[in-house]
Amino acid sequence: MWLLQQADAVAALPEVMLAVLTLALLMLGVFRKSDPSDIVTLGALIALGIAALLVIFAPDHQALAFHGALMVDTFAKVMKVLALFGSAAALVLSVNFMKRDGSQRFEYPILILLATIGMMLMISANNLIALYMGLELQSLSLYVLAAINRDSARASEAGLKYFVLGALSSGMLLYGASLVYGFTGTTEFPGIAAYLTSNGADLGAVFGLVFVIAGLAFKISAVPFHMWTPDVYEGAPTPVTAFFAAAPKVAAMALFTRTMMVAFGAIQPAWGQIIIFLSIASMALGAFAAIGQTNIKRLLAYSSIANMGYALVGLAAGTQEGVQGVVVYMIIYMIMTIGSFACILSMRRKGYMVEEISDLAGLSRNNKGLAFVFAMLMFSMAGIPPLAGFFAKYFVFLAAVKSGLYGLAVIGVVASVVGAYYYLRIVKIMYFDEPKEAFEPMDGEVKLIAYASGAFTLLFVLPWIASPVIAVAAAAAKSFY
Amino acid sequence: MSWPILSVITFLPLLGVLFILMVRGEDETALRNVRWGTFWTTLVTFLISLLIWVGFDSGATGFQFVEEHSWLGSAASYKLGVDGISMPFVILTTFLMPICILASWHVTKRVKEYMIAFLVLETLMIGVFCSLDIVLFYLFFEAGLIPMFLIIGIWGGPRRVYASFKFFLYTLLGSVLMLLAIIYMYWTSGTTDITQLLAHPGFTPEAQKWLWLAFFASFAVKMPMWPVHTWLPDAHVEAPTAGSVILAAILLKMGGYGFLRFSLPMFPDASVYFQDFVFFLSVIAIVYTSLVALMQEDMKKLIAYSSVAHMGFVTMGIFALNRQGIDGAMFQMISHGLVSGALFLCVGVVYDRMHTREIAAYGGLVNNMPLYAFTFMVFTMANVGLPGTSGFIGEFLSLMGAFKASTWVAFFATTGVILSAAYALWLYRRVVFGKLTKPALMKLPDMTPRELAMLLPLILLTIFFGAYPGPILNLFGPTVESIIKPLNEAAAAAHLLATASLQ
Repeated sequence: MWLLQQADAVAALPEVMLAVLTLALLMLGVFRKSDPSDIVTLGALIALGIAALLVIFAPDHQALAFHGALMVDTFAKVMKVLALFGSAAALVLSVNFMKRDGSQRFEYPILILLATIGMMLMISANNLIALYMGLELQSLSLYVLAAINRDSARASEAGLKYFVLGALSSGMLLYGASLVYGFTGTTEFPGIAAYLTSNGADLGAVFGLVFVIAGLAFKISAVPFHMWTPDVYEGAPTPVTAFFAAAPKVAAMALFTRTMMVAFGAIQPAWGQIIIFLSIASMALGAFAAIGQTNIKRLLAYSSIANMGYALVGLAAGTQEGVQGVVVYMIIYMIMTIGSFACILSMRRKGYMVEEISDLAGLSRNNKGLAFVFAMLMFSMAGIPPLAGFFAKYFVFLAAVKSGLYGLAVIGVVASVVGAYYYLRIVKIMYFDEPKEAFEPMDGEVKLIAYASGAFTLLFVLPWIASPVIAVAAAAAKSFY
Repeated sequence: MSWPILSVITFLPLLGVLFILMVRGEDETALRNVRWGTFWTTLVTFLISLLIWVGFDSGATGFQFVEEHSWLGSAASYKLGVDGISMPFVILTTFLMPICILASWHVTKRVKEYMIAFLVLETLMIGVFCSLDIVLFYLFFEAGLIPMFLIIGIWGGPRRVYASFKFFLYTLLGSVLMLLAIIYMYWTSGTTDITQLLAHPGFTPEAQKWLWLAFFASFAVKMPMWPVHTWLPDAHVEAPTAGSVILAAILLKMGGYGFLRFSLPMFPDASVYFQDFVFFLSVIAIVYTSLVALMQEDMKKLIAYSSVAHMGFVTMGIFALNRQGIDGAMFQMISHGLVSGALFLCVGVVYDRMHTREIAAYGGLVNNMPLYAFTFMVFTMANVGLPGTSGFIGEFLSLMGAFKASTWVAFFATTGVILSAAYALWLYRRVVFGKLTKPALMKLPDMTPRELAMLLPLILLTIFFGAYPGPILNLFGPTVESIIKPLNEAAAAAHLLATASLQ
């Protein structure tokens, strides 16, 4: 504790603790004679749990760490718990998959932990340097994770593609950050905000802002920086894809929100229109491009692009309601995504994973429970009430309409109808088509995650679930005001 | 009343779902339990819902049996209640459900899922009519798409996939715009409570127009009005019999109910402004779809087009914006709920025997199915609007209302009455009369007790309300009166504006 106080790192205790535990587990993995992957995985889950508890039970007031580099507020806490939860769920989903695949390695949980530390730094980042550090720690881990199955050409290709494009976006982000620093004279978010408040939107800072947004848009795979997403989602092993689609998206969206609202809050009109463009393009492309897909992972890649578009609707509003909408959206999106991937991980015949949408044919006859859960998740993604996905969309559109963004809202809801088509197609294949050969029985933990996610989606409408989630999101949104 | 009767009625069918989920196995006994369990659930729901009718004070204008609980903070609350225009629909829904379950007695494919879908649908439909919170209303309104999509898609005919997608996407596209309007209303008025919105001083005329159009997009598709009616014939033809009944009798009425609950009282200026527009669409619907119905080869498709035409009378009556018109529209909706539902059941009776809906495949059924011939005749006559049946009252009143508003509209709409006689009687002649020549028809047995049990109540009600419409008209009279008042003021203001600009 004394050491932490000396380094002004008390508020960063969860991150520090997670990093220490990660290094300990790495040592354990390296020096243990027998296959360490099981015990490291278990250790990693425990580490994530400890970090989550430390986040939850941290003091309530806002706190800074490392002389203002990290900010711990309610918003950060909520998003961190969400990210930790997403990482843990993805890790659980991968255990049996990796065993069966023969690609079980102890580095895998370690990389997930490193990525998670990166995410926590991103969520708390309060200056441009912390932002970049967190982002790179996360991204570098993700590049390796994408190619973790090094014998698979598809996975290696995915990893390489991700790396090259990711490096490009990091370059843009850095360039933007240096411009912002050059024109505002500081890297601290409050400093940037103070400069912009007194000097207005000066051209150089706005120029830098555009590059920063481009870099961040790449991380959340918003159109037009989405090209890597379908390939990486398809190429990476399925549990890794589940991980990519959930926790990092939460962290990147949180970072995006904080950067815009805190550092550039004063020039909201300048970035608002860029966000509106990103949002519309993502929703539209996500909706239309998914129609032609036959591979379920690719389909979910486009679906996640569209989902990020909807989350950006909340950010585009640039208000407290908007931030609340983003938080609600990310909570629901993450749980739905994890559940969907749990369902996909159950698509196994004769020991092999199948990934074509047509492989789901007639699932409602062979496995009623799985089909029902998957169908509910798909209806929910389509935004049909009373499922959780509807409320996610309701709250972002609530914010958009309040800010007078009628055009954005209309385009958004129309795109959701187009999107409904491909979600319905999955339901149609599961329920209307003649059954194919049954899938192998689901693993217990995969089943648990799928069913829990399905139950959340279905029961979200009840006040005992909806009210606390909305209250938490409202508290998180207050952090910026 | 101390206990939450509306919540009980709304969610009672879900208890039936729980029961079905607990039934194990797929053998004959299990399926029989499922069928009876579902039937009793719907019947008990109906009986309890009669208590609302008994306890309903038809002299009052406000909402009754109101329940309120907090739900999503300020952004939506759980509030239920009924008034004169929603109560009849609640009873209609609960009344038709046991009949639908009876009509589905011989469904053999995935019986459990089938019954679950219908029970869930019942909950959602009752919820639509009971909601006193606009977000809650939207939730029930939209959620109904899911079970209906599955009902058409799993138990439907050969083109079920096309029909189910068309149904779902059409309705969804209409509804999402309404959602945005709802959100706008929330921010402008600060509440989602329908009773408070009704008392809200009003939105600016400019905003009203946009809000009206957004709601119109949803209700016009649901109704359905020409030219967005094309999903209906497909959905009707492909849906299983009970699905068609629900679709025609209840789901279509949500459009008309929506106009009466939201568009007219909340946007009176816009309703006056768009009156001619709705008249135009209604008259086209009445005349054009009647002509289309004349040309149909498929029994269900013919009745589906006739539904569109009859819904044209409803929209015309509603937007006559006077007492007679709205009374007529309300009555027409309830009557059409009974009659079109019954007509689909009649088609179902012969479809179960012959497995075709082709009109040409039938003829001369009167010879060996006299009971059926009689039943079918009663509903054909009611569909035509013969005096003495419930169909007459609704059509007459809405035409009267329209005549007061615009003579020409009434003139053209009346031709629809003649056309409806033409297609309905012609259908009846081709199916029931003539010589019994087709060998497949020779051995058809007449209606079974089960089929009689589901059609008899409908016959009685159709004739009873045709002869004595008082009990129903009295139910919604005061509520309709309270809807009219702001409309008259808006119309007077519009008139004043028009005369002022002339001078």
